[in-house]
Amino acid sequence: MYPRSFEYVAPSSLDEALAALNDHPGAKVMTGGMSLIPLMKLRLFSPPLVVDIGRVPGLDSIADGNGHIAIGALVRHAATASSDAVASGAAALAQAARLTGDVQVRNRGTTCGALAHADVAADQPAAALALGATMVARSAGGEREIAADDFFVDALTSALEPNEILVEVRVPKAGAGTGSAYDKLGRRGGRSDYAVAGAAAMVTMDGGSVSAARVALTGVGTKPTLATATADALVGTDGSADAIKAAAQHAAEGVTVLEDLYGSVEYKTHLAQVYAARALEAAIAAAG
Amino acid sequence: MTTTSTSAMGGIVRRKEDPALIAGKGRYVDDIKLNGEAAAVFVRSPFAHAKINSIDTSAATAMDGVLAVYTAEDTRHLGDLLAQVAVGSLRPLLADGAVHHAGEAVAMVVAENAYIAKDAADAVMVDYDPLPAVVDMKDAVKDEIKAHEDAESNVLLTWYSHDWWPGVFELEDHRPAIAAAKERDDVVVVSQEMTNQRLIPVAIEPRAVLADYNSGYGRVNVWSSSQIPHALAGAIAKTFGMTSHDVHVVAPEVGGGFGAKLNVYPDEMLVVFASKELSRPVRWTETRREAAYSTIQGRGWVGTATITGTKDGEILGYELDAIADMGAYSQNFTVAIPVLGLYVAQGQYNVPLAWQITCVHTNTQTTDAYRGAGRPEAIYYVERIIDMYAAAIGMDPADVRKKNFFKKDEFPATTAIGLTMDSGNYEYNLDTLLEDVDYDGLRKMQKDARDEGRYIGIGLSTYVEVCGFAPSVLAEFGFGWDAYGLPTSFSGSGLVRVNPDGSATVIIGTGPSGQGHQTTWAQVVSERLGIPVDAIRVTHGDTFESPTGVGTFGSRSAAVDGAATYEAAEKVRMKAAELVAHMLEASAEDIQFADGGAHVAGSPGHTVTWAEIAEVAYKPHKGPEGLEAGLEAHAVFSPGNATWPFGSHLAVVEVDPGTGDVKILRYVAVDDCGNRINPMIVDGQIHGGIAQGVGQALFEEAIYDENGNLLTGSLVDYPLPTAGDLPAFELGWTNTPTDVNPMGVKGIGEAGTIGSAQTIVNAVVDAVRPLGVTHIDMPLRPRKVWDAIQKARG
Ligand SMILES: Cc1cc2nc3c(=O)[nH]c(=O)nc-3n(C[C@H](O)[C@H](O)[C@H](O)COP(=O)(O)OP(=O)(O)OC[C@H]3O[C@@H](n4cnc5c(N)ncnc54)[C@H](O)[C@@H]3O)c2cc1C
Repeated sequence: MYPRSFEYVAPSSLDEALAALNDHPGAKVMTGGMSLIPLMKLRLFSPPLVVDIGRVPGLDSIADGNGHIAIGALVRHAATASSDAVASGAAALAQAARLTGDVQVRNRGTTCGALAHADVAADQPAAALALGATMVARSAGGEREIAADDFFVDALTSALEPNEILVEVRVPKAGAGTGSAYDKLGRRGGRSDYAVAGAAAMVTMDGGSVSAARVALTGVGTKPTLATATADALVGTDGSADAIKAAAQHAAEGVTVLEDLYGSVEYKTHLAQVYAARALEAAIAAAG
Repeated sequence: MTTTSTSAMGGIVRRKEDPALIAGKGRYVDDIKLNGEAAAVFVRSPFAHAKINSIDTSAATAMDGVLAVYTAEDTRHLGDLLAQVAVGSLRPLLADGAVHHAGEAVAMVVAENAYIAKDAADAVMVDYDPLPAVVDMKDAVKDEIKAHEDAESNVLLTWYSHDWWPGVFELEDHRPAIAAAKERDDVVVVSQEMTNQRLIPVAIEPRAVLADYNSGYGRVNVWSSSQIPHALAGAIAKTFGMTSHDVHVVAPEVGGGFGAKLNVYPDEMLVVFASKELSRPVRWTETRREAAYSTIQGRGWVGTATITGTKDGEILGYELDAIADMGAYSQNFTVAIPVLGLYVAQGQYNVPLAWQITCVHTNTQTTDAYRGAGRPEAIYYVERIIDMYAAAIGMDPADVRKKNFFKKDEFPATTAIGLTMDSGNYEYNLDTLLEDVDYDGLRKMQKDARDEGRYIGIGLSTYVEVCGFAPSVLAEFGFGWDAYGLPTSFSGSGLVRVNPDGSATVIIGTGPSGQGHQTTWAQVVSERLGIPVDAIRVTHGDTFESPTGVGTFGSRSAAVDGAATYEAAEKVRMKAAELVAHMLEASAEDIQFADGGAHVAGSPGHTVTWAEIAEVAYKPHKGPEGLEAGLEAHAVFSPGNATWPFGSHLAVVEVDPGTGDVKILRYVAVDDCGNRINPMIVDGQIHGGIAQGVGQALFEEAIYDENGNLLTGSLVDYPLPTAGDLPAFELGWTNTPTDVNPMGVKGIGEAGTIGSAQTIVNAVVDAVRPLGVTHIDMPLRPRKVWDAIQKARG
């Protein structure tokens, strides 16, 4: 576990950090370091420069804004998990953060870091996707917004440019009649460890029927993926157990399910259905 | 002369070790820093089997800060790694001409620090010619591909239960009788192939070794995270042509071992070599991922277990036909591990036995002792198949077990392989468990839950273990340190010294890695002498301090070294009684030791303290004429038999048939290790043991692909059990003392592991039996349970 030698800077302003990224091709941002450092120690990844933004002020707050909740780049999983604003406005994300790793990981790793890392087995990406979050990316050249739908590109690959920092994620606040939830099967069974598979769902109920739904899957393909066929099948139904079950059968449709040590294609396809149904059921219950 | 004391045997005494460990003040190998240290890093093979055409070290050698790069050219003269049971291919210290498992060390780089060494290791160019690899044990027996290209066969030997130690035991071959029983009409034959998967031992402290050769003193100082410091000193001495008293090995705090540090390793020899060559201290610390290649693995059996029995539960024969994976090289005990399984092959059951196990080389990491070492595997097979037999004849699994137990009045009992089990009371122990859990109530709860569509399972396992290996003649079987140049048996050693201030120092020959010896031994001595536990310091793991020692493994320390210490304390007590008799003008027989001092029976008011006794001992002019000055004694204890603990475990689980997810609702264990010196430490050992058994049952597996690449070399893909995965264990106990040592204690270090894996599997299978499932191979990850349910549903 001896990384190759690398330079390290810990700038005290965002502009300095962006300049450092801009000036050093191959440089990497570090927030919690929970995923970056293990990769470097294994020499799977050897950036010449690590830009630690941990000392940049102003990035560690959760802002309960108008219509959305903004989670800054340095907000730890633990803070996301225990925020009342996130719990009431974007429950799926709070639940996903609570199920991320162990106490130590939750106290160091960041929600934005987990999104930027874009691991298919991670929890919060699927939640952000189901909730229709917006990523705010800043570079030396300016700021842009990236919809969650466009953000997760491939295995461990997001839409961020190498010189961009994800400065915050904005999650739409659930209005009346909207609920969301996340659930997973962990690799050690139950909900512990990385996900074998899981799902996040957001549902809006209107006069006893489902008016809008989004479902996103964890762990089944190369990246967090929307289960659009399930969402489409559910909209217009009464959201009953039968309707959920029927809709969930489509969960893996259009998704390239991949086998790994924890599941065959068949099993993961099945789990996608099971967890889509479980997340939908909880989301509908929360929608009230 | 009698002794009474409050805090001694049987008392719950808080561990003396813990304040340092909890506060982060414990000193491990990596905490010991020497001036001028250099660091070693190994170049490891990416292939499981390949010829080495050439190794180009020039670029690495030329790098700034690199001190040396060594290959087999440099180290060949030191010979292969020493092994106690040298059957099969032995491991060269560095791969010599060919590699035989992925991750085998090919070269060693020594540099100013580990970062430079790692950069240089990446710059060593090795030209390999890949050869086909044999990975699966079943393929290995076919001999189509040889793990060692020049070997005649992958098969090393087959152990047979009726002929395991020819010349020493004359045993009946039960195979004809079992074959005859199979022909009977009133008999069922239940058979199942099962895998006891290979595991990767994971101690919280990886292995680490620091060597400092001093040519001025002609001595080498070695610090190693080892369970067997004395054996290591012997092996270094033999390898380098030294005497063991010139090799000073210290095992400081050792952060877990589980048998994986019960090996002498090539890296330990190689840092000594480098230190000698470079005249500098040299350190190597295993990285977590490297550990999967540089440290032995455990288990790795596949076999078919068969019970032949009557329809009313009488077992007429138990057979196992198995293969055990030795990996690429034989190390310390490698091929003898299955024999430890054979010791307990029949479990608690007095039944005809026909067991055979074939040991094979494959192109994978070596296997050797891992917590339980052969015994968890053996008990797994017998306890799984007895459950299947019970299901097949429709009898309660507890009743089938009881019907076939060795009975209380049969002890000391002789096993089918000719060994004598010291003491046992199996039915009482199982009944205690069944009563504790209200077994009938549990079964009713299960039935009610099933009616509600819930899949609750109740799993049961009994076990017998063997530990504190003895008698001494086993040394001729390989259970000694002869190969390390120290012809010994696995006897115990203890020195007890009352210091001039009345405190006591105890020096023992063990190598603990978290077992609490400093506390337990203090209790043993306190019990004998009445010196308070707090005034007794116990030291271990230093080969210059303790003249003899065997180490800590095989649940041996309390029963063997503990007994030696007990006897040493007894000698001190005898001498102290003479001193006190002189001081109080009484007769030695009338002296009683209690509450930190001694008095004459009948006059407890007139007490002399240990400080006063010690003063007389160390100022002989004050003592009785002719008595040797000082107050210390050393004892070596060699028991006449091993000890045979036993117990019964029960788990209640719930399976989610939709996902295959298993949840453990309850785990109850009633273990019997005879007298317990410190019940809290006993419980701690059982807790850890159960966690490791659950890890095997549910999570852990070393998975190699068909080319011999290890797919689970990182903890991301090798899930370990954590406290959060486990229920609060409910522990009970029964007490059946042994007479093989004066304290009546048996080992408990491995019992939890030996009892638990099959308890979980039995429970899970019991849960999903209504769905048609009869067996699932470990680990019972959700996918496997779900697959089994799908398959059973058709
Ligand atoms: C033991 C362990 C268990 C874990 N278990 C789980 C689990 O169960 N579920 C789960 O989802 N995850 C799990 N993780 C991963 C964990 O959630 C990581 O913290 C997270 O994936 C990364 O967040 P971080 O802040 O630590 O990012 P870092 O490690 O600092 O960075 C990760 C990557 O993202 C980039 N990055 C980070 N922040 C930004 C940013 N603001 N802008 C642009 N790029 C950025 C970095 O350059 C790097 O490439 C586990 C990790 C560990 C070590």
